[in-house]
Amino acid sequence: MPQPHLMIHIVPGKCDYCGCCVGVCPEDAIELMESKIALIEDRCTNCRKCVWACPWEVIEFHRDGVDHLPKQIPQMINEAVKF
Amino acid sequence: MKKFDYDIIVVGAGPAGSTAARYAAIGGAKVLMLEKDRDVGYPVRCGEAVSHEGVAQFIKPDPKWIASSVSKFRLIAPNGSSVVPKLDGGGYVLERRVFDYELAKLAASEGVEVITKAYVYDLLREDGKIVGVQTLIKDKKVDIRSKIVIAADGVESRVGKWAGMDTTCHIRDMESCAQMTLSGIEVDPDVLDFYFGDEVSPGGYLWVFPKGKDTANVGLGLSVEEAKKKSAIKFLHEFVDRKFPKVAMLTHIAGGVPCAKTNPEIVKENVILVGDAAHQVNPVSGGGIISGMIGGMIGGQVAAEAIVRGEVLHLREYDKRWHKRLGWRHDIFYNIRNAIGNFDDETYNNICDSALKLPEDKRTLGGIFRSALWNQPSMILDVAKVFLS
Repeated sequence: MPQPHLMIHIVPGKCDYCGCCVGVCPEDAIELMESKIALIEDRCTNCRKCVWACPWEVIEFHRDGVDHLPKQIPQMINEAVKF
Repeated sequence: MKKFDYDIIVVGAGPAGSTAARYAAIGGAKVLMLEKDRDVGYPVRCGEAVSHEGVAQFIKPDPKWIASSVSKFRLIAPNGSSVVPKLDGGGYVLERRVFDYELAKLAASEGVEVITKAYVYDLLREDGKIVGVQTLIKDKKVDIRSKIVIAADGVESRVGKWAGMDTTCHIRDMESCAQMTLSGIEVDPDVLDFYFGDEVSPGGYLWVFPKGKDTANVGLGLSVEEAKKKSAIKFLHEFVDRKFPKVAMLTHIAGGVPCAKTNPEIVKENVILVGDAAHQVNPVSGGGIISGMIGGMIGGQVAAEAIVRGEVLHLREYDKRWHKRLGWRHDIFYNIRNAIGNFDDETYNNICDSALKLPEDKRTLGGIFRSALWNQPSMILDVAKVFLS
Protein backbone atom coordinates (compact mmCIF):
# COMPACT_ATOMS: atom_id res chain seq x y z
CA MET A 1 0.00 0.00 0.00
CA PRO A 2 1.38 3.42 -0.87
CA GLN A 3 2.16 5.67 2.08
CA PRO A 4 1.62 9.40 2.02
CA HIS A 5 4.98 10.18 3.55
CA LEU A 6 7.90 9.41 1.21
CA MET A 7 11.16 8.60 2.99
CA ILE A 8 13.28 7.32 0.11
CA HIS A 9 15.59 9.70 -1.69
CA ILE A 10 17.71 9.06 -4.78
CA VAL A 11 20.62 11.48 -4.58
CA PRO A 12 20.64 13.38 -7.88
CA GLY A 13 23.59 12.84 -10.17
CA LYS A 14 25.19 10.03 -8.18
CA CYS A 15 23.58 6.95 -9.77
CA ASP A 16 25.47 4.51 -12.02
CA TYR A 17 22.17 3.13 -13.46
CA CYS A 18 23.12 -0.48 -12.65
CA GLY A 19 19.57 -1.61 -11.81
CA CYS A 20 20.34 -3.48 -8.59
CA CYS A 21 17.64 -1.43 -6.79
CA VAL A 22 15.05 -2.18 -9.49
CA GLY A 23 15.79 -5.90 -9.13
CA VAL A 24 14.88 -5.95 -5.42
CA CYS A 25 11.97 -3.46 -5.54
CA PRO A 26 8.79 -5.45 -4.78
CA GLU A 27 6.50 -2.60 -5.89
CA ASP A 28 7.93 -1.88 -9.37
CA ALA A 29 8.43 1.65 -8.06
CA ILE A 30 11.68 2.61 -9.79
CA GLU A 31 11.94 3.86 -13.37
CA LEU A 32 15.41 3.34 -14.86
CA MET A 33 16.47 4.57 -18.27
CA GLU A 34 19.91 4.83 -19.84
CA SER A 35 20.96 7.72 -17.63
CA LYS A 36 17.83 8.63 -15.74
CA ILE A 37 16.43 7.18 -12.57
CA ALA A 38 13.26 8.12 -10.72
CA LEU A 39 11.05 6.86 -7.93
CA ILE A 40 7.45 6.27 -8.86
CA GLU A 41 6.37 7.96 -5.65
CA ASP A 42 2.80 6.68 -5.36
CA ARG A 43 4.02 3.07 -5.51
CA CYS A 44 6.89 3.35 -3.02
CA THR A 45 6.21 1.84 0.43
CA ASN A 46 9.50 3.00 2.03
CA CYS A 47 10.57 -0.63 2.50
CA ARG A 48 14.27 0.35 2.13
CA LYS A 49 15.31 -2.67 0.05
CA CYS A 50 16.67 -0.34 -2.65
CA VAL A 51 18.63 1.59 -0.01
CA TRP A 52 20.35 -1.59 1.18
CA ALA A 53 20.88 -2.97 -2.33
CA CYS A 54 22.51 0.08 -3.89
CA PRO A 55 26.23 -0.75 -4.25
CA TRP A 56 27.14 2.95 -4.40
CA GLU A 57 25.02 4.33 -1.52
CA VAL A 58 23.03 6.47 -3.94
CA ILE A 59 19.64 5.84 -2.31
CA GLU A 60 18.98 7.21 1.16
CA PHE A 61 16.34 6.70 3.82
CA HIS A 62 15.09 9.79 5.65
CA ARG A 63 12.68 9.07 8.47
CA ASP A 64 11.50 12.69 8.48
CA GLY A 65 10.56 12.64 4.82
CA VAL A 66 12.30 13.81 1.68
CA ASP A 67 10.32 16.92 0.70
CA HIS A 68 13.12 19.25 1.73
CA LEU A 69 15.78 17.42 -0.31
CA PRO A 70 16.89 18.54 -3.81
CA LYS A 71 15.46 16.51 -6.68
CA GLN A 72 17.40 18.18 -9.45
CA ILE A 73 21.08 17.88 -10.26
CA PRO A 74 22.68 21.22 -9.40
CA GLN A 75 23.63 23.05 -12.58
CA MET A 76 26.84 24.62 -11.36
CA ILE A 77 29.86 23.04 -9.72
CA ASN A 78 29.84 25.60 -6.92
CA GLU A 79 26.24 24.68 -6.21
CA ALA A 80 27.18 21.01 -6.13
CA VAL A 81 29.97 21.39 -3.60
CA LYS A 82 27.56 23.04 -1.17
CA PHE A 83 26.03 19.62 -0.53
CA MET B 1 2.58 1.41 -38.81
CA LYS B 2 2.81 -1.81 -40.77
CA LYS B 3 6.57 -1.91 -40.70
CA PHE B 4 6.43 -2.13 -36.90
CA ASP B 5 4.92 -5.58 -36.92
CA TYR B 6 7.05 -8.50 -35.78
CA ASP B 7 6.75 -12.12 -34.76
CA ILE B 8 9.04 -11.61 -31.77
CA ILE B 9 10.36 -8.56 -29.92
CA VAL B 10 13.43 -9.08 -27.72
CA VAL B 11 13.83 -6.45 -24.99
CA GLY B 12 17.53 -6.01 -24.14
CA ALA B 13 20.64 -6.62 -26.25
CA GLY B 14 22.98 -8.27 -23.75
CA PRO B 15 24.33 -11.79 -24.34
CA ALA B 16 21.00 -13.46 -23.45
CA GLY B 17 18.95 -11.10 -25.63
CA SER B 18 21.24 -11.29 -28.66
CA THR B 19 21.38 -15.07 -28.42
CA ALA B 20 17.59 -15.34 -28.07
CA ALA B 21 17.12 -13.04 -31.08
CA ARG B 22 19.67 -14.94 -33.13
CA TYR B 23 18.10 -18.37 -32.52
CA ALA B 24 14.57 -17.03 -32.99
CA ALA B 25 15.61 -15.67 -36.40
CA ILE B 26 17.36 -18.93 -37.31
CA GLY B 27 14.08 -20.67 -36.44
CA GLY B 28 12.29 -18.58 -39.05
CA ALA B 29 10.79 -15.71 -37.01
CA LYS B 30 10.80 -12.01 -37.90
CA VAL B 31 12.63 -10.50 -34.93
CA LEU B 32 13.22 -7.01 -33.55
CA MET B 33 15.67 -6.42 -30.68
CA LEU B 34 15.42 -3.24 -28.59
CA GLU B 35 18.21 -1.84 -26.42
CA LYS B 36 17.60 1.01 -23.97
CA ASP B 37 21.19 2.26 -24.01
CA ARG B 38 22.83 4.06 -26.90
CA ASP B 39 25.45 1.32 -27.32
CA VAL B 40 25.18 -2.45 -27.41
CA GLY B 41 27.74 -3.81 -24.92
CA TYR B 42 28.28 -0.61 -22.97
CA PRO B 43 28.33 0.14 -20.08
CA VAL B 44 29.83 -3.17 -18.93
CA ARG B 45 28.34 -4.49 -15.66
CA CYS B 46 30.33 -7.62 -15.12
CA GLY B 47 33.54 -9.32 -14.01
CA GLU B 48 33.78 -10.68 -17.57
CA ALA B 49 35.05 -14.21 -16.86
CA VAL B 50 33.70 -17.21 -18.82
CA SER B 51 34.84 -20.77 -19.53
CA HIS B 52 36.39 -21.65 -22.90
CA GLU B 53 33.91 -24.46 -23.31
CA GLY B 54 30.89 -22.33 -22.49
CA VAL B 55 31.62 -19.57 -24.93
CA ALA B 56 32.67 -21.88 -27.77
CA GLN B 57 29.10 -23.20 -28.03
CA PHE B 58 28.02 -19.84 -29.37
CA ILE B 59 30.86 -17.96 -31.02
CA LYS B 60 34.30 -18.65 -32.45
CA PRO B 61 36.93 -17.28 -30.05
CA ASP B 62 38.39 -14.05 -31.39
CA PRO B 63 41.35 -12.11 -29.90
CA LYS B 64 39.45 -8.86 -30.28
CA TRP B 65 37.12 -9.76 -27.38
CA ILE B 66 39.56 -11.83 -25.32
CA ALA B 67 41.48 -9.74 -22.78
CA SER B 68 43.16 -12.75 -21.16
CA SER B 69 43.07 -16.51 -21.47
CA VAL B 70 43.52 -18.16 -18.07
CA SER B 71 44.28 -21.74 -17.05
CA LYS B 72 44.22 -21.48 -13.25
CA PHE B 73 42.31 -19.97 -10.40
CA ARG B 74 43.62 -19.11 -6.98
CA LEU B 75 41.50 -19.22 -3.84
CA ILE B 76 42.85 -16.87 -1.19
CA ALA B 77 41.83 -17.52 2.41
CA PRO B 78 41.34 -14.75 5.00
CA ASN B 79 44.72 -15.58 6.61
CA GLY B 80 46.46 -14.98 3.28
CA SER B 81 47.27 -18.58 2.44
CA SER B 82 46.19 -19.63 -1.02
CA VAL B 83 45.60 -22.70 -3.11
CA VAL B 84 45.70 -22.91 -6.92
CA PRO B 85 43.40 -25.63 -8.18
CA LYS B 86 43.40 -26.68 -11.78
CA LEU B 87 40.71 -25.17 -13.96
CA ASP B 88 38.92 -27.66 -16.19
CA GLY B 89 39.54 -26.49 -19.73
CA GLY B 90 40.48 -22.89 -18.97
CA GLY B 91 38.68 -19.59 -19.20
CA TYR B 92 38.65 -16.17 -20.81
CA VAL B 93 38.40 -12.72 -19.35
CA LEU B 94 36.33 -10.93 -21.96
CA GLU B 95 36.11 -7.43 -23.35
CA ARG B 96 32.35 -7.36 -22.94
CA ARG B 97 31.92 -4.14 -24.87
CA VAL B 98 33.30 -5.94 -27.96
CA PHE B 99 31.87 -9.36 -27.14
CA ASP B 100 28.27 -8.14 -26.78
CA TYR B 101 28.64 -6.15 -29.98
CA GLU B 102 29.79 -9.26 -31.87
CA LEU B 103 26.87 -11.28 -30.50
CA ALA B 104 24.46 -8.60 -31.71
CA LYS B 105 26.15 -8.71 -35.10
CA LEU B 106 25.66 -12.48 -35.23
CA ALA B 107 21.96 -11.89 -34.56
CA ALA B 108 21.86 -9.20 -37.24
CA SER B 109 23.48 -11.59 -39.73
CA GLU B 110 20.43 -13.86 -39.26
CA GLY B 111 18.10 -11.00 -40.13
CA VAL B 112 17.37 -9.58 -36.67
CA GLU B 113 16.59 -5.85 -36.70
CA VAL B 114 18.08 -3.85 -33.83
CA ILE B 115 17.23 -0.42 -32.42
CA THR B 116 19.32 1.21 -29.69
CA LYS B 117 18.16 4.03 -27.44
CA ALA B 118 14.78 2.32 -27.44
CA TYR B 119 13.29 2.26 -23.94
CA VAL B 120 10.39 -0.11 -23.32
CA TYR B 121 8.12 1.51 -20.73
CA ASP B 122 5.19 -0.93 -20.83
CA LEU B 123 3.63 -3.83 -22.65
CA LEU B 124 1.07 -3.06 -25.34
CA ARG B 125 -2.34 -4.62 -24.68
CA GLU B 126 -5.48 -4.98 -26.74
CA ASP B 127 -8.63 -6.50 -25.21
CA GLY B 128 -6.49 -7.57 -22.26
CA LYS B 129 -4.06 -9.47 -24.47
CA ILE B 130 -0.37 -8.60 -24.84
CA VAL B 131 0.21 -7.57 -28.45
CA GLY B 132 3.64 -5.92 -28.27
CA VAL B 133 5.50 -3.20 -26.38
CA GLN B 134 5.24 0.53 -25.82
CA THR B 135 8.54 2.30 -26.30
CA LEU B 136 10.26 5.63 -26.20
CA ILE B 137 12.56 5.79 -29.21
CA LYS B 138 14.64 8.94 -29.28
CA ASP B 139 12.10 10.41 -26.84
CA LYS B 140 9.09 9.69 -29.11
CA LYS B 141 6.38 7.27 -28.04
CA VAL B 142 6.19 4.34 -30.45
CA ASP B 143 3.99 1.24 -30.11
CA ILE B 144 5.45 -1.89 -31.69
CA ARG B 145 3.39 -5.02 -32.24
CA SER B 146 4.55 -8.61 -31.93
CA LYS B 147 3.11 -12.04 -31.27
CA ILE B 148 5.72 -12.90 -28.61
CA VAL B 149 7.85 -10.75 -26.29
CA ILE B 150 11.18 -12.08 -24.98
CA ALA B 151 12.29 -10.13 -21.91
CA ALA B 152 16.09 -10.04 -21.72
CA ASP B 153 16.09 -6.81 -19.75
CA GLY B 154 18.57 -7.85 -17.12
CA VAL B 155 18.68 -7.62 -13.35
CA GLU B 156 16.44 -4.52 -13.57
CA SER B 157 13.79 -6.47 -15.51
CA ARG B 158 10.30 -5.04 -15.36
CA VAL B 159 8.77 -6.59 -18.49
CA GLY B 160 8.06 -9.83 -16.62
CA LYS B 161 6.27 -7.93 -13.84
CA TRP B 162 4.07 -6.15 -16.37
CA ALA B 163 3.15 -9.58 -17.78
CA GLY B 164 2.16 -10.73 -14.28
CA MET B 165 5.29 -12.66 -13.25
CA ASP B 166 6.90 -11.76 -9.92
CA THR B 167 10.58 -11.31 -10.80
CA THR B 168 11.55 -9.46 -7.64
CA CYS B 169 14.81 -10.87 -6.30
CA HIS B 170 14.85 -11.49 -2.54
CA ILE B 171 17.49 -9.35 -0.84
CA ARG B 172 19.25 -12.41 0.60
CA ASP B 173 19.78 -13.64 -3.00
CA MET B 174 20.73 -10.37 -4.67
CA GLU B 175 24.47 -9.68 -4.76
CA SER B 176 25.27 -6.01 -4.53
CA CYS B 177 28.46 -5.51 -6.59
CA ALA B 178 31.10 -2.89 -7.27
CA GLN B 179 34.04 -3.17 -9.62
CA MET B 180 36.97 -1.16 -10.90
CA THR B 181 39.22 -1.90 -13.86
CA LEU B 182 42.69 -1.06 -12.59
CA SER B 183 45.78 -0.56 -14.73
CA GLY B 184 49.43 -0.10 -13.82
CA ILE B 185 49.27 -3.08 -11.46
CA GLU B 186 51.07 -6.41 -11.51
CA VAL B 187 48.87 -9.41 -12.13
CA ASP B 188 49.42 -12.92 -13.39
CA PRO B 189 47.55 -12.99 -16.73
CA ASP B 190 47.04 -16.75 -16.42
CA VAL B 191 45.22 -16.76 -13.06
CA LEU B 192 41.78 -15.74 -11.76
CA ASP B 193 42.03 -14.66 -8.11
CA PHE B 194 39.22 -15.12 -5.60
CA TYR B 195 39.50 -13.64 -2.10
CA PHE B 196 37.26 -14.83 0.72
CA GLY B 197 36.54 -13.68 4.23
CA ASP B 198 34.74 -11.12 6.35
CA GLU B 199 37.31 -8.39 5.69
CA VAL B 200 36.92 -8.43 1.90
CA SER B 201 33.38 -9.65 1.28
CA PRO B 202 31.36 -11.39 4.01
CA GLY B 203 29.38 -14.27 2.53
CA GLY B 204 30.53 -13.42 -0.99
CA TYR B 205 33.91 -13.07 -2.66
CA LEU B 206 36.21 -10.52 -4.19
CA TRP B 207 37.65 -11.15 -7.62
CA VAL B 208 40.78 -10.01 -9.44
CA PHE B 209 40.40 -11.05 -13.07
CA PRO B 210 43.41 -10.20 -15.27
CA LYS B 211 43.03 -8.31 -18.52
CA GLY B 212 46.64 -8.68 -19.65
CA LYS B 213 49.75 -8.36 -17.48
CA ASP B 214 49.13 -4.95 -15.95
CA THR B 215 45.35 -4.57 -15.89
CA ALA B 216 42.54 -6.35 -14.04
CA ASN B 217 38.90 -6.20 -13.12
CA VAL B 218 38.84 -5.90 -9.34
CA GLY B 219 35.37 -6.28 -7.93
CA LEU B 220 33.24 -7.86 -5.26
CA GLY B 221 29.73 -8.93 -4.57
CA LEU B 222 27.98 -9.40 -1.27
CA SER B 223 24.45 -10.32 -0.37
CA VAL B 224 22.19 -7.33 0.20
CA GLU B 225 21.60 -8.70 3.72
CA GLU B 226 25.32 -8.08 4.37
CA ALA B 227 25.40 -4.85 2.36
CA LYS B 228 22.89 -3.42 4.85
CA LYS B 229 25.78 -3.18 7.32
CA LYS B 230 28.43 -1.96 4.88
CA SER B 231 28.10 -1.23 1.18
CA ALA B 232 29.92 -2.90 -1.71
CA ILE B 233 31.70 0.31 -2.68
CA LYS B 234 33.14 0.70 0.86
CA PHE B 235 34.52 -2.85 0.81
CA LEU B 236 36.00 -2.30 -2.65
CA HIS B 237 37.68 0.99 -1.81
CA GLU B 238 39.20 -0.49 1.34
CA PHE B 239 40.63 -3.45 -0.55
CA VAL B 240 42.00 -1.36 -3.40
CA ASP B 241 43.56 1.19 -1.03
CA ARG B 242 45.25 -1.66 0.82
CA LYS B 243 46.30 -3.80 -2.10
CA PHE B 244 46.69 -1.48 -5.10
CA PRO B 245 47.36 2.05 -3.85
CA LYS B 246 48.15 4.69 -6.48
CA VAL B 247 47.02 2.95 -9.64
CA ALA B 248 45.09 4.01 -12.71
CA MET B 249 41.36 3.43 -12.40
CA LEU B 250 40.00 2.87 -15.91
CA THR B 251 36.42 2.00 -15.04
CA HIS B 252 34.32 2.18 -11.90
CA ILE B 253 30.94 0.48 -11.95
CA ALA B 254 28.09 -0.79 -9.81
CA GLY B 255 25.97 -3.85 -10.47
CA GLY B 256 23.50 -6.37 -9.14
CA VAL B 257 23.52 -10.15 -9.64
CA PRO B 258 20.44 -12.25 -8.87
CA CYS B 259 22.06 -15.37 -7.30
CA ALA B 260 18.77 -17.16 -6.86
CA LYS B 261 17.09 -20.23 -8.23
CA THR B 262 15.51 -19.70 -11.63
CA ASN B 263 12.50 -17.39 -11.29
CA PRO B 264 9.43 -19.53 -10.39
CA GLU B 265 7.72 -18.32 -13.58
CA ILE B 266 9.64 -17.68 -16.80
CA VAL B 267 6.72 -18.08 -19.20
CA LYS B 268 3.39 -16.27 -19.02
CA GLU B 269 0.97 -16.03 -21.92
CA ASN B 270 3.10 -14.83 -24.82
CA VAL B 271 6.00 -13.44 -22.75
CA ILE B 272 9.14 -15.33 -21.76
CA LEU B 273 12.12 -14.28 -19.62
CA VAL B 274 15.77 -15.06 -20.42
CA GLY B 275 19.12 -14.29 -18.76
CA ASP B 276 19.35 -12.23 -15.55
CA ALA B 277 15.68 -11.29 -15.99
CA ALA B 278 14.86 -14.99 -15.46
CA HIS B 279 17.50 -15.30 -12.68
CA GLN B 280 19.45 -17.73 -14.90
CA VAL B 281 22.67 -17.11 -12.99
CA ASN B 282 24.90 -19.75 -11.40
CA PRO B 283 24.11 -18.96 -7.76
CA VAL B 284 27.55 -20.02 -6.47
CA SER B 285 29.81 -18.18 -8.90
CA GLY B 286 27.43 -15.39 -9.85
CA GLY B 287 28.36 -16.10 -13.47
CA GLY B 288 25.49 -15.39 -15.82
CA ILE B 289 26.92 -14.86 -19.30
CA ILE B 290 26.95 -18.43 -20.57
CA SER B 291 23.91 -19.60 -18.60
CA GLY B 292 22.01 -16.54 -19.83
CA MET B 293 23.04 -17.35 -23.40
CA ILE B 294 21.87 -20.94 -22.95
CA GLY B 295 18.55 -19.62 -21.63
CA GLY B 296 18.43 -17.21 -24.56
CA MET B 297 19.14 -19.94 -27.09
CA ILE B 298 16.45 -22.24 -25.71
CA GLY B 299 14.00 -19.34 -25.40
CA GLY B 300 14.68 -18.14 -28.94
CA GLN B 301 14.32 -21.63 -30.38
CA VAL B 302 11.07 -22.35 -28.56
CA ALA B 303 9.64 -18.94 -29.46
CA ALA B 304 10.39 -19.52 -33.15
CA GLU B 305 8.77 -22.95 -32.94
CA ALA B 306 5.68 -21.35 -31.38
CA ILE B 307 5.53 -18.83 -34.25
CA VAL B 308 5.96 -21.47 -36.95
CA ARG B 309 3.28 -23.68 -35.36
CA GLY B 310 1.04 -20.75 -34.61
CA GLU B 311 0.68 -22.00 -31.02
CA VAL B 312 1.58 -19.62 -28.22
CA LEU B 313 0.95 -22.41 -25.71
CA HIS B 314 4.07 -24.10 -27.07
CA LEU B 315 6.10 -21.49 -25.10
CA ARG B 316 5.61 -23.62 -21.98
CA GLU B 317 8.16 -25.96 -23.52
CA TYR B 318 10.81 -23.32 -22.77
CA ASP B 319 10.41 -23.76 -19.01
CA LYS B 320 10.77 -27.56 -19.35
CA ARG B 321 13.83 -27.42 -21.61
CA TRP B 322 15.57 -24.82 -19.45
CA HIS B 323 15.11 -26.84 -16.26
CA LYS B 324 16.25 -30.01 -17.99
CA ARG B 325 19.37 -28.29 -19.32
CA LEU B 326 20.55 -26.05 -16.44
CA GLY B 327 17.73 -25.08 -14.09
CA TRP B 328 18.03 -28.28 -12.05
CA ARG B 329 21.75 -27.65 -11.52
CA HIS B 330 21.14 -24.08 -10.42
CA ASP B 331 18.68 -25.40 -7.80
CA ILE B 332 21.49 -27.52 -6.31
CA PHE B 333 24.04 -24.70 -6.60
CA TYR B 334 21.62 -22.43 -4.78
CA ASN B 335 21.68 -24.77 -1.77
CA ILE B 336 25.49 -24.88 -1.88
CA ARG B 337 25.54 -21.08 -2.01
CA ASN B 338 23.50 -20.96 1.18
CA ALA B 339 25.96 -23.30 2.91
CA ILE B 340 28.99 -21.28 1.77
CA GLY B 341 27.27 -18.07 2.82
CA ASN B 342 27.51 -19.27 6.44
CA PHE B 343 31.26 -19.99 6.35
CA ASP B 344 33.32 -17.91 8.74
CA ASP B 345 36.97 -16.94 8.31
CA GLU B 346 38.16 -19.95 10.26
CA THR B 347 36.30 -22.33 7.97
CA TYR B 348 37.86 -20.75 4.88
CA ASN B 349 41.33 -20.96 6.47
CA ASN B 350 40.78 -24.63 7.34
CA ILE B 351 39.56 -25.46 3.85
CA CYS B 352 42.62 -23.81 2.35
CA ASP B 353 44.98 -25.62 4.74
CA SER B 354 43.45 -29.01 4.01
CA ALA B 355 43.51 -28.32 0.26
CA LEU B 356 47.22 -27.53 0.43
CA LYS B 357 47.80 -30.98 1.93
CA LEU B 358 46.32 -32.61 -1.16
CA PRO B 359 48.68 -33.80 -3.91
CA GLU B 360 48.73 -31.23 -6.73
CA ASP B 361 46.89 -33.39 -9.23
CA LYS B 362 44.01 -33.78 -6.76
CA ARG B 363 43.62 -30.03 -6.29
CA THR B 364 40.51 -29.67 -8.35
CA LEU B 365 37.48 -27.84 -7.04
CA GLY B 366 35.79 -31.19 -6.37
CA GLY B 367 38.91 -32.48 -4.59
CA ILE B 368 39.05 -29.41 -2.38
CA PHE B 369 35.37 -29.70 -1.56
CA ARG B 370 35.75 -33.37 -0.57
CA SER B 371 38.85 -32.63 1.48
CA ALA B 372 37.09 -29.75 3.20
CA LEU B 373 34.27 -32.09 4.18
CA TRP B 374 36.74 -34.68 5.46
CA ASN B 375 38.62 -32.17 7.62
CA GLN B 376 35.59 -30.28 8.80
CA PRO B 377 33.13 -32.94 9.90
CA SER B 378 30.69 -30.28 11.03
CA MET B 379 30.50 -29.12 7.42
CA ILE B 380 29.23 -32.50 6.34
CA LEU B 381 26.18 -31.82 8.46
CA ASP B 382 25.76 -28.34 6.97
CA VAL B 383 26.04 -29.60 3.44
CA ALA B 384 23.84 -32.60 4.14
CA LYS B 385 21.25 -30.23 5.59
CA VAL B 386 21.16 -28.06 2.51
CA PHE B 387 21.00 -31.03 0.16
CA LEU B 388 18.27 -32.72 2.17
CA SER B 389 16.21 -29.61 2.82
